[in-house]
Amino acid sequence: MSVAPLTPVLTRGWDHERAWTLDAYGEYAALRTALQTEPDALIETVKASGLRGRGGAGFPTGMKWSFIPQDPSKPGGDKPHYLVVNADESEPGTCKDIPLMMASPHTLVEGVAITCHAIRAKKAFIYVRGEVLHVIRRLQAAVEEAYEAGFLGADVFGSGIDLDVVVHAGAGAYICGEETALLDSLEGRRGQPRLRPPFPAVAGLYAAPTVINNVESIASVPCIVENGPDWFGSMGTEKSKGMTLYSLSGHVKRPGQYEAPLGITLRELLDLSGGMREGSELKFWTPGGSSTPLLTAEHLDVPLDYEGVAGAGSMLGTKALQVFDQTTSVVRCVLRWTEFYKHESCGKCTPCREGTWWLVQTLERLEAGKGQDGDIELLLDQCDNILGRAFCALGDGATSPITSAIEHFRDEFEAGMHTPAWDLFPYEASTAWRKGASA
Amino acid sequence: MTVTHNNESGTEAARADENLVTLTIDDVEVSVPEGTLLIRAAELIGVEIPRFCDHPLLAPVGACRQCLVDVPDAGNGRGFPKPQASCTLPVSPGMVVKTQVTSPVADKAQTGILEFLLINHPLDCPMCDKGGECPLQNQAMSHGRGETRFNEVKRTFPKPLAISPQILLDRERCVLCARCTRFSEQIAGDPFIAMAERGALQQVAIYENEPYSSYFSGNTIQICPVGALTSSAYRFRSRPFDLVSTPSVAEHDACGAAIRVDHRRGKVMRRLAGDDPEVNEEWISDKDRFAFAYDRQPDRLTRPLVRDPETGALEPASWPAAFLAAARGLTDAARTAGVGVLTGGRLTVEDAYAYSKLARTVLGTNDIDFRARPHSDEEAAFLAHAVAGSGLGVTYRDLEHAAKVVLVGLEPEDEAATIFLRLRKAWRQNGTQVVALASHATRALEKVGGQLIRTVPGDEAKALGEAGLDAGTIVLLGERVARVEGAFTSALTAATARGARLAWVPRRAGDRGAVEAGCLPNLLPGGRPVGDAEARADLAAAWGVGSVPGGVGRSGDAILAAALTGEIGGLLVAGVEVDDLADPQAAIDAIEAAGFVVSLEVRASAVTERADVVLPVAAPAEKAGSFLTWEGRPRRFGAVFSPPHALSDTRVLAGIAEAAGHDLGFRTAEAAAAELAELGAWDGARAPRPEVLPGRAPRTGPSEVVLDTWRRLIDDGRGQDGDQHYQATARPSVVLLSAATARATGVRAGDEVILRTDRGAVAVPVDLADIADGVVWTPANSNGLSLLGILGATYGDVVTIERSTTDSRADALSGPPHPHQTPAPDEGVELDATTAPGDSAAPTDTDLARPAEEQL
Repeated sequence: MSVAPLTPVLTRGWDHERAWTLDAYGEYAALRTALQTEPDALIETVKASGLRGRGGAGFPTGMKWSFIPQDPSKPGGDKPHYLVVNADESEPGTCKDIPLMMASPHTLVEGVAITCHAIRAKKAFIYVRGEVLHVIRRLQAAVEEAYEAGFLGADVFGSGIDLDVVVHAGAGAYICGEETALLDSLEGRRGQPRLRPPFPAVAGLYAAPTVINNVESIASVPCIVENGPDWFGSMGTEKSKGMTLYSLSGHVKRPGQYEAPLGITLRELLDLSGGMREGSELKFWTPGGSSTPLLTAEHLDVPLDYEGVAGAGSMLGTKALQVFDQTTSVVRCVLRWTEFYKHESCGKCTPCREGTWWLVQTLERLEAGKGQDGDIELLLDQCDNILGRAFCALGDGATSPITSAIEHFRDEFEAGMHTPAWDLFPYEASTAWRKGASA
Repeated sequence: MTVTHNNESGTEAARADENLVTLTIDDVEVSVPEGTLLIRAAELIGVEIPRFCDHPLLAPVGACRQCLVDVPDAGNGRGFPKPQASCTLPVSPGMVVKTQVTSPVADKAQTGILEFLLINHPLDCPMCDKGGECPLQNQAMSHGRGETRFNEVKRTFPKPLAISPQILLDRERCVLCARCTRFSEQIAGDPFIAMAERGALQQVAIYENEPYSSYFSGNTIQICPVGALTSSAYRFRSRPFDLVSTPSVAEHDACGAAIRVDHRRGKVMRRLAGDDPEVNEEWISDKDRFAFAYDRQPDRLTRPLVRDPETGALEPASWPAAFLAAARGLTDAARTAGVGVLTGGRLTVEDAYAYSKLARTVLGTNDIDFRARPHSDEEAAFLAHAVAGSGLGVTYRDLEHAAKVVLVGLEPEDEAATIFLRLRKAWRQNGTQVVALASHATRALEKVGGQLIRTVPGDEAKALGEAGLDAGTIVLLGERVARVEGAFTSALTAATARGARLAWVPRRAGDRGAVEAGCLPNLLPGGRPVGDAEARADLAAAWGVGSVPGGVGRSGDAILAAALTGEIGGLLVAGVEVDDLADPQAAIDAIEAAGFVVSLEVRASAVTERADVVLPVAAPAEKAGSFLTWEGRPRRFGAVFSPPHALSDTRVLAGIAEAAGHDLGFRTAEAAAAELAELGAWDGARAPRPEVLPGRAPRTGPSEVVLDTWRRLIDDGRGQDGDQHYQATARPSVVLLSAATARATGVRAGDEVILRTDRGAVAVPVDLADIADGVVWTPANSNGLSLLGILGATYGDVVTIERSTTDSRADALSGPPHPHQTPAPDEGVELDATTAPGDSAAPTDTDLARPAEEQL
C-alpha cells in the first residue's frame, strides 16, 4: 500500500523542544521580507498562491484582503483597518487551530504581522475561544516575546511600521465563531450575528474596515511569503491549493492532526493514522465537523478538497474528520450533535432557536424507540424549514447531520419507531473501554 | 441627509424627487423610492407580508424570519438561492419578488416559521391581554397551520416578572422579536432592557435589580406583537373586543400627542399611542398613556354647589339655580369693583374662547390670564408680539431637520416628552446639534447628543449670545423663560439678527390655545392686541357689541393682588391649582378676600372650597374640543363619552351668560370653534415687541443658592392621580449639588439637605452632579414636596441651604420614602384591585428592584 506523503509546513516544528518559544521558532524572516514589500504586492502574492479560507467556507484569502477599501475617499477608506483572527474554534470534531496555537503560536503571530502590513492595519485582534485558557496563555506569551524581540510594536524591523496585537478571550459561545457575532463579542456586546450589509470589509470592528480570517489561513501566510506562491500552488489540487491540517478523531488507531496537500482522501489519511481501530469498520464520517453532511464508506476515495467534497454532497468545512465505526448509533450521534446546536443557538432568529428545540425532542423520541409514524418526515420537514431560513449558517449547520443521516441510514431512524438505539447499538461498544478494546 | 427648513409641502416635494426604483412583486410592477424595504414595497401593491420584528420606525433586524420571500431575480439577473427576509432587503431596479401570494417556497417558509414561533408559545389566548388584537394570533390564523404538529414539552418560565412597577413580562409568551429592546435603545435612549441568555431560553431582562426605568416604557407594551409585555394597570382588566376606541389627543402637555382612548361601560380602561407622523409618530410618554384615572377620583365634582348664605356651607343646587347664582354674583361684582378671570392652562381652545368672550362681553374686563404659574409682563408682550395669531410655526418636522436646536428654560424629556423623542431622532438620523442653556446637563440632553452652555438660572438672556444662533437654528423657549428678565427680548433680538427661528413651548395643553383665544390681559382673540383700537373695533363688530374694553388688564398675579386689596370684587376661576401659582399663600388669601368666587372644576380643590358657586365641568375625555400644540397645530378630538353631570366649560359659561341676560353666541365647542374660525387671526399691526434689558442671576450670600427646578414628567400633579403603579415609576427626589457646593454645605452624596425660605423648609437627599456652583436643582413637585407650596420658591429664586440635622430638620417637610421602597397605600379604587386569580406573582414591591439611581 502506498502511503501518501505528508507535507509538514505548519506542523514542521511541532515536535521541537519547546516549539512554542521564539528560540525554537526563530526570527520572523518572512515578516522581514514582507515589510520590504508593498502591501498590494503582498495581497497579489497571496491571491496568486490560491490560498483559500481554512475556517470552512474556503473563500479566497487574497481576495478577501483586497475588499478592504484603500482609497480614503471611498466609504470606510478614512477609517483605521483591523485584522481579526477567528480563533474561536468550537465546531464539534474540529481541533486544528487550538493545537496549532499550542504548538507553534509564532507561526500565527508572524502571519498576523504580515497580514496587518498587507491590509494596512496597525492593530490586530486574536479572538480565542474562552475555554482554552492554556492556549490563551501560550499565545499571550508568544505575543509578548514578539514584542520584546521587536517583531511587534513600534517601528518593526526599522521599517517605520507599527503593529499591535491583542489576544482576546471569548466567553464560550459557539456563535462567536460566526464572524459578525465575533465582532459584536469583541466589541463587548452579546455575541449575535449582525445584519449584512454592511460587510465587515467595509464596516466591521468598530464600524471600520476589517478582515476576519481563520487561524490556519493566517498561519499559512508566512510560508507563502517565504517560499512564493508557486511553491504553495505546487501542493494540492487545481482549485484547492496548498497543504492543510486534517484532524482525525473517533474510531481510528492514531487520531490527531495530519498535514497533507488538499485533495488527499480519507483512505490515505486512514493509512497514515494506522487505520480503523481493532475490529472496526468505517460506518460514517464527517468531512469537516458536525455541520458538514456526513459521508459513508463509499466516500473513502473522495478527494478532500473544496470541490471534491462538495461533489459528494457535503462540504470540506474545517477538515475535522470524525470517524465512526459499526458500533455507533447514527440516531444517538445525530441527537448529541443536535443537542449541541440547541444549546449553542444564540436565540436571535426563530428557525434556529425554536427548530433546534423541537428537533432535539423529536430525536430523543426516536433514540428511545418511541418514535411515531411520520417522525422521519417531520424531521426532514423541520430541517427544510430551518435550512436557508435562519439568520446565519449555524441554523443550516444544525440540519446537515440530520438530513444526511436520514439519507444514508434511514433504517436506523425507522427502527426508532420500536427499538431504543441503545438496544440496537449498546453504547459501551463504541467506547475505548469496551470489551476487547486494545486501548 | 440634506438639512431642510421647509414646511411640510416642501418636504413632500423633496420626497417626490427621490429616485424611484421599479421592480416586480407578485407579477405586479411597482415603483418605489430608492432604499425602500421589500416588505413596505409589497404593502403598496396590497400584499401584507407577515412580520414580527419589523417595525417601520425601528432599524431593520431580520430576526424573526417571518417575512421571508422568494427573490428569483435580484435585479442583476441572478436570484437568491434562499428565501430572503423582506424586512431587511432594499429594492433594486428590475428585482423580481415573489411573496407568499405567488411563491410556494415563500409560503412554506412563512408557514414553517410561524409553526416554530408557536411551539414555545403558550395557548393562553383566552386569558391573555393581547388576545383579540394579537399579531401572532392574527397571523397564526392567516398564515399558520390548522393543527399543531408539536406534541412535546414547551419552554416555560415563572410568570410574570415585573421589570418595572408598571411593566410586567410574561417570558413564555415572548417571541423574541426584540422590538421592545430596540425601541428602548433606539427611540427612547433608555437601554435598560436587553436580551439575556441564549437559544429558546433567550429572554428580555433588566440588569440585576435595576428596573426598566423609562418615561416611555408603555410603548413597549403597544409594539409587543404578543402578550409578553403588559401593564400593571391594564392586565386582566378587559378584552379588546369589549372596548370602544376613540381617537383623541393627550391633555398632559402642549405636545398634542395623538392617542387612542379605549373605554368600556363609561370608564376609560386604557390609552394607547395614536399614529401621527407629523406629531408623535407612534410613541407617547407614560404620562400620556397611564395618567387617565384622575377624573374618576373620589373628589370628583358631580353636582353644582352654591354657598348657602345662612349656613355658609356649599350646598348642592340645580344647574339653573347655580347659573343664576353665578350670574348674579359675577355681574354684581363686575358692576362694582370688577371681576378677574383665571383660566388655568388646561382648557380647550373653545373653552378658553368662551372665557375670553365672557370676560369682555359680560364682565366687561381685560383682567383675564391663563397663566396659572409664575409669569411676567415681558412674557405677555412676547406672546402678543411673536406667538398669538401666528398660526403653525416651527413644527416637529422642522426640529427633525434643523441644523441646531437651542433649548432655553426647557427640559424636553420632563416638560415636552414628544419634543424630546423628536430631538433624539433628529440627532440620530440627521445629526442635529442640540444645545441647552441650563445649570447642568440632564440625562435627556445626553440622550439627544446635546451640549450644555452652563447657565445659572437668571443668566439666560446673556447666555443666548453664546449659543451661536444662525439661520439653521431653532430656539425653543420653555415656560421657565418667564422667570428670566430680558430673556424673551434677547431671544427675539438675537433670532431676528441672525435669522434663527423661535418657538414658545408651554407646558400645559391649553396654553397655546388660551393665547389664541385671548385669555391674556393684553390680547383679544385671534392675536388682536388690546392696545390696538382698530383691533378692538374689529372684534366688537364681529361680536355685535358696542365696544370691547380697552386698556390692558391685570395679569394673573395682579388680579390676585387686586382681589386681596378689594380692587377686584369677584373671581371666575377655571381649573387652577393654587400651588402652581407664584405665591400660593397670597392666592389663597386673595380668593378668601374676594367678594364672590365662581369655580369651574373637575375635582374639588383649594379654590372650590373657598368658592361661592362651584360648577362641575367635563374632563377632556368627556367633551369635544381641540388643543393647540406648541407649534400652533390644531388637535381636534371628540368626546369619549358624556356622563350626564359633565358639561363643558363652554356650556356652563353660556348658561351663566344667559342667566345674566347675555347671549354668548354659542353653547357647544363646535359652535365656539366656528365663531373663532370666522373671527380669524388679526392681520393688522402686531403688538410691539417687549423691550426688557437682560437681567442677571440673583446674587447669593453665604449658605444661599439659586434654585433650579422644574416639574418632572411623572410627579405629584393631580392629573396623574389614580394609578399607583404609574406613580411608582416616578424618579426619586434628590437635590443636585456641585462638589463645591456640597463641600461648602458640609454634605456628601446620600446625605440630606434642608432648603429653606421664610415660608418653610424641605428636606431632600443629596446627589452630586456636574452642576453650576451655587445652584441646586430639585424637582418642583415630586415626592409630596411642592416647592411653591412649601417654600414659595421657584426657578431662579434664592433659597438657603444647610446640612440636615435633628434641629434643622424639625420644621422641614420631607417626602415619604419613594414608592419603590414602600407599598403605595391601597386607595380602594378599582385600579388597585389585584391581578387575576391564580396570578400569584403580581408585582409586589419586594419583586421590584430598588429605584434606578439618579442618572444626572
